[in-house]
Order: sequence, then structure tokens, then C-alpha cells
Amino acid sequence: MTRWRNGAAALAALALGLVSPAFAGTGQPSPWELGMQTPVTESAIFLSNMHDGVNIVIALITLFVLALLLIVIYRFNDKTNPVPSKTTHHTGLEIAWTLIPALILVGISIPSFRLLKMQVELPQADITIKAVGHQWYWSYEYPQDQGGGFGYDSYMLSPEDAKKANQPNLLAVDNELVLPAGKTIVVEVIGQDVIHNFAVPSFGIRMDAVPGRLNQTWFKTDVEGTYYGQCSRLCGANHAFMPISVRIVSPEKYAAWLVDAKKKFAALDASPVQLAAQ
Amino acid sequence: MANAAADHAHDAHGHDSHADHPTGWRRWVMSTNHKDIGTMYLIFAIIAGLVGGFLSIMMRLELAEPGLQYFTNPQTYNVFVTGHGLIMVFFVVMPAVIGGYGNWFVPLMIGAPDMAFPRMNNISFWLLPASLSLLLISLFVEGAPGSNGFGGGWTVYPPLSTMGHPGPALDFGILSLHLAGASSILGAINFITTILNMRAPGMTMHKMPLFAWALLVTAFLLLLSLPVLAGAITMLLTDRNFGTSFFDPTNGGDPILYQHLFWFFGHPEVYIMILPGFGIVSHIISTFSKKPIFGYLGMAYAMVAIGAVGFIVWAHHMYTAGLALNTQRYFVFATMVIAVPTGVKIFSWIATMWGGSIRFSAAMHWAVGFIFLFTVGGVTGVVLSNAGLDRNLHNTYYVVAHFHYVLSLGAVFSIFAAWYYWFPKMYGRIIPEWIGKLHFWVAFIGANVLFFPMHFTGLAGMPRHYVDYPEAFAGWNKISSYGSYIFAFGLLIFFFGIYKAFASPVRAENSPWGEGATTLEWTLTSPPPHHQFETLPVISGGDH
Repeated sequence: MTRWRNGAAALAALALGLVSPAFAGTGQPSPWELGMQTPVTESAIFLSNMHDGVNIVIALITLFVLALLLIVIYRFNDKTNPVPSKTTHHTGLEIAWTLIPALILVGISIPSFRLLKMQVELPQADITIKAVGHQWYWSYEYPQDQGGGFGYDSYMLSPEDAKKANQPNLLAVDNELVLPAGKTIVVEVIGQDVIHNFAVPSFGIRMDAVPGRLNQTWFKTDVEGTYYGQCSRLCGANHAFMPISVRIVSPEKYAAWLVDAKKKFAALDASPVQLAAQ
Repeated sequence: MANAAADHAHDAHGHDSHADHPTGWRRWVMSTNHKDIGTMYLIFAIIAGLVGGFLSIMMRLELAEPGLQYFTNPQTYNVFVTGHGLIMVFFVVMPAVIGGYGNWFVPLMIGAPDMAFPRMNNISFWLLPASLSLLLISLFVEGAPGSNGFGGGWTVYPPLSTMGHPGPALDFGILSLHLAGASSILGAINFITTILNMRAPGMTMHKMPLFAWALLVTAFLLLLSLPVLAGAITMLLTDRNFGTSFFDPTNGGDPILYQHLFWFFGHPEVYIMILPGFGIVSHIISTFSKKPIFGYLGMAYAMVAIGAVGFIVWAHHMYTAGLALNTQRYFVFATMVIAVPTGVKIFSWIATMWGGSIRFSAAMHWAVGFIFLFTVGGVTGVVLSNAGLDRNLHNTYYVVAHFHYVLSLGAVFSIFAAWYYWFPKMYGRIIPEWIGKLHFWVAFIGANVLFFPMHFTGLAGMPRHYVDYPEAFAGWNKISSYGSYIFAFGLLIFFFGIYKAFASPVRAENSPWGEGATTLEWTLTSPPPHHQFETLPVISGGDH
């Protein structure tokens, strides 16, 4: 029994050693990362955990197939087995390898459908904002009746400016999307010219920004910080250069920011329909 | 198993007459011979593969490090990505397995003298150089303002492909796709008619070799899916040039309509690319295990099931488009269903080998490699089928990893497997086994080093179609690029093998692979006569 425990400990240490250079980043990728960015919303945590589970299942299936192939290679080659068998049927096997994969899929589908419902069904929003995809930047609108009534553009920073701001290149922007922690945020997503995609991996959200179609997604996080995403639908020359940067602050800081932003940014007087048609 | 009681001694024609065996340029430009047409398709696929491969090596050179090294105009990178995808799908994989191996071996395997429509077969081929030419021309005319070529991805989504590319490049591209589509639709008619009507006496459907079954299902998929692509791209053409607004929301249209139409074609398309490979692998596994395929009927009808269900899963490519919850639920469920018949095939191949007396020829290396690597690609497909998980994986490099495993390590491996298996039959020469095996190992290592790290970058959030990336993705990208150089080196070995085969005086026998090769092509000479089975073989032997 002690041997098993020591063996397990050794294996865990080895595994940790293998992945330690590749710890997940939060809100951004990290070098040599093996898995997903650290999730900070309930649905992203669920997604990440479900992926871990499914990953184990598929790894076992793949290793099983590999093991069978290796056995076959070593046991049934023309030197070790000069006379081939004539077996071409085995009803039991055929039923097993139809039924067992089907049951595995049913097993996967249970958390899968729960996660999907969590992502797609919008809860009651505390704050609604609008994200508009343009070639090649995002613009964000804060509604009048939630302390907003303004909008602004969010452009990627140049490599020099990103370095000055001590933020990762190709992810840093001039005007972040600022939102409070602990509140349910509904993001309305639309495209102004071609289809873009608003994605923030740590939130577990990804929604196409389609011209003429107001899509909606949502998130809620308790963890303050800066979370990056990148446009995820090919939208032309600078598709790689229109990132999303969300800064989650305390509700108090958010209220203060709203007051400043309203003074700083352009007022939203155009109606949403007009905006989409521009 | 089908045994041929072919009567070669008293041929209906004593010799090939002039009209039956043209010479010079007419033999190729005006061919009515399925073997010659098959060879033209294979040569075409190799040439197109070099072009498509060049594009991808350039992409990997750029992505080897963060920053812009080669593509100072990022739109050009998008044009390369688009060209790479279109060329590999329409001008490499499909011509190789359907036009090349399908044309060569379906008539031989069913004991037919040629395809049902030998002359239409010829135009199916010659439409392709025309089509590829149009695509290549598109690279040199304006697409997006200030750049040449179309850079909207092989999926060609509007509005990027309408108002986003006002120049004529995509109009050339649409015309190119129309010609390629017509080529395949005509080919599909040919294969269906041939297989249903021209099997030799005694060859019931349930005695037909699995490669023929694969081509039959593939042909139906082509027939039913390509017209929808044609409709979708014609609507793009009229939106671009004739004032329609099918996909223009400012005038009542819907960009999402295009996506539904495209993917209704696009999903069956991926099964079109892999099903012939399934047939090829079945033949090779059976031959070198010296055993009949395990569960023949299960294998045949699994392919039918994959083909049929493949028509009702298309929106799993659209999980982030803003579809309703119930819509996403349905497509998750339907997509998972396909994993079951596919699993049946994987396990049946293994069961075929089980108890066999396996000879590990070069072709067998590629076929066994296919089984393992297609499994890897297939299981990441199961991950992606879950819309909930796809939420974080859609349009990331995880998807790129998935489809390259099933295509570059699946379909392409089946193409090379078939090459090393059927080359002696087609050309009467022998590629030294050591070359085929060395090519396999170099390709295996190269492709895995290239594509496996993409699972990691994708999980970590690296998006597709990106000319440059945040520094954090640099490590795995460097490794992927080295993998691509290794894989490319493997192609040199491939060409060396062809050279050795033709430089050597050694000639191939009728059936170089021994008693495990039981299908009709092995009863003929290597190469077969210009016309075979002018007297039909009579098939005896038990049903499967």
C-alpha cells in the first residue's frame, strides 16, 4: 500500500513538473501554456472543468486504440503468427463497440447540455452594454439609463505604446471596456461592416458580431482584473489587430469611472438602429 | 470474397484498334480511358499539392516568430490562408482520391471495362486545370482595396466577401469554384451510374469491394451537396455584381443565410474527402493482414450512415453565430451521433488485423498510421461537437489542429497509403519499400510536431487566420514551424521514390502483395492493358 502511495506521489510530482512551465494565464495566454486561460466566471469554470473531464475520456480512448494497435503489431505479424485466422464476425464485440461509445457520448452530453443552457439563456441583466465590431477596432456603448449615455472606440495599442503601458503586445488597447465585478453584464454584439467576433476566453464568451443582427451574450465575474480577448472571425487585413480588453473594477470604482467617462467620451444620441446601418 | 473466372484467352477484339488506343496528345487531351484520366488527376493533384504546400510553408515561416517578417501586408497572409485551403480541398485531396484512385480502381474492382461515361470523365478532369488557373489568376488581381487576391478564408463569408472585397479577385474565385463543382457533379453521375449498372455478373452490392462502396456514398454526397454550394456562390456573385441583396442586411438580406447554405455543402464536403480514404484503408489493412475485412456489412453501412447523417449536422460550424438554444442542442446531439459509426470502423480495422499475419509493407505503415491519427483527430471532433466547449474553441487553433489531424494525417495519409499500395499496379514499377517507409516516418514525425502543439495554442486562445500573435504563443508556434519543414522534407523522399521506380529495370508482377490482395485489379497485369474486361469476369464465391 505504501508503494502505491509513493508511486502516486512520484507520478503527481512528475506531472506537475511537466506542466509547471505551462501554468494558465488569467485573462491572457501564458508562454508554453497547455490548457485554457484561468476561468473567472461560473460558466467558464464549468467549461474548463467539463473540458478537463472530456479530455481525460478522449485521452483514454486514444490510448486504448494505440494499445490495441501495438498489441496487434507485436502479436500478429507474419513472423509471430504465420497462419492468419478467418474470423470476420463477432456479434458480441460488434454490439459492445456500438453501445459503449454511444453510452460515453450520452455521458458527455449531460454536462454539455447544462453548460450550453447556462451560456445561451440570458439571466436578468444588471448592466447592458453594446459591443460593435468595425474594420478594425471595437466600439462600446453604455446606455443612458444605466449611468451611461456615451460610446467610444477601442483601438489596439502599437507595440511601442503597449510596452510603455506594460501590457502584452497585440492585446493592449487605448480605451478598455470597463465594467464592475459582481454584476450580471449582458453584452449586445453587432457588426458594423463585416462579421467580427467578440471573444474573452477567461469569461468563456464568444459571439459573432454580424451586421444587421443583434446577438447577445452575458457574463458575471467577482474577480477584478484585466481580461483580454481577440477578434475571432476573419474580418479583413487587420483581423489580428483588433483586440478586446475588459477591465473589471469594484462597483465603487465603476461608478466613479462612469462619471468621468461621460464627460470624456462622445454622447450617444443616435438610435441603435441608425448606428447599425452606418 | 470475389473470385474472378475471367476468360482472357478469347478476347472479343484480337488487338487494340486505332480508335480504341489513341496516341500522342490526343491520348491525353481527348482521353476516354479511366486509367489515363486517373493518372492525369494524380499528376494534377501532386502539382497542386506543391502549390498549396508552398503557401502553407510561407505561412509557417511567418508564424515561426511573433512580429511580421514576410507578410508586411497582412492581407496577403489572409490570401495565402484562403488559397491554401481552397487548393488542398478542391485541387489536391478530391482529385487524388476521387478522380485519381476512384477512376483508376472502381472500374477494375467491379470488373468493368471503363466508367459508364468515358468521355464525360475526360471533361471532369479537364475542367480542373481551367478551374485552378482561374483561382491562380485571382491571386494577381485586386481583391480587398489595395491588395491582390481574395483573403476571406475558404468559407468565403459575406459581407467580407461582398463589400469587403470589391475587386474582381473573388469573381475569378467564384467562377473557379463553379468549374470545380461541375467537374465533381459530372464525376458523381459517372461513379453512381458505373457502380449501380456495370458490376460484373455475380457481383451483388454485398460482394462489392469496400472502396467501391466508399466511392458510391461519396458520389451521392457530391451530387446532393455541390448544387447548394453552387447556389450560395451564385448568390454571392449576384450580390457582388448584379445588385441583389441576398446577404446584405441593409437591404433585407442575411449574412447567416450564406453560412447555412455554405455549411450544408461544407459538412458533407469533409466526408467526401475522408470516405474514399476509409475505403483505401480497408483494402490495405485486409491485404496485409491476409484476412478479409472484419464485419464487411457493418463497414459498408457505417459509411452509408456517416454520409447520410453528415447532411444534418452542418450548423456545428455555426455555434457562435447566435443560433437559438434548441437549434444548438439539436446540432450537438446529431453531431455526436456520427461518432458511433466512425468508431465501428476504427474497431473493425483493428479486429481485421487481430489474428492476422501482418506484413508491414510501406502501404501498411501509412494505413496503420491513419487509424491512430484519424482517431486523434476524431476525438477532438467529439470535444468540438459540444457547443458549450466550442464556445471557447471556435475559430481557435484547436479547430485547426482537429481538421488537420483528420485531413493532413487522415486523408493525406490515405493518399500516400494508396500510392505505395497501387503504384506497382498502375505503372508496373516498384518503389523500394524502404523509401515508402522512410517517407512515412518523416511525414509522421513532421505532421505531429506541426499539428499537435496547435491543440495547446488553441486551448490557450490563439485565434485562426492570424498573421501575428501575442508573444505568449511564440513557443509552440516555433515548434509547429519546424514540424512543417520536416514534413516538407518528406516530400523530397516521395519524389525520390518515384524516380527510383522509373529508373530501375525491375518490373512489377500482377499481384506483388501476395494472397491477401483479393480484389479484381490484382488479376490483371501491372500495368493493366489499355482496355480490360472486354469479356466480363463472372464473380463466384460467397456473399460477405
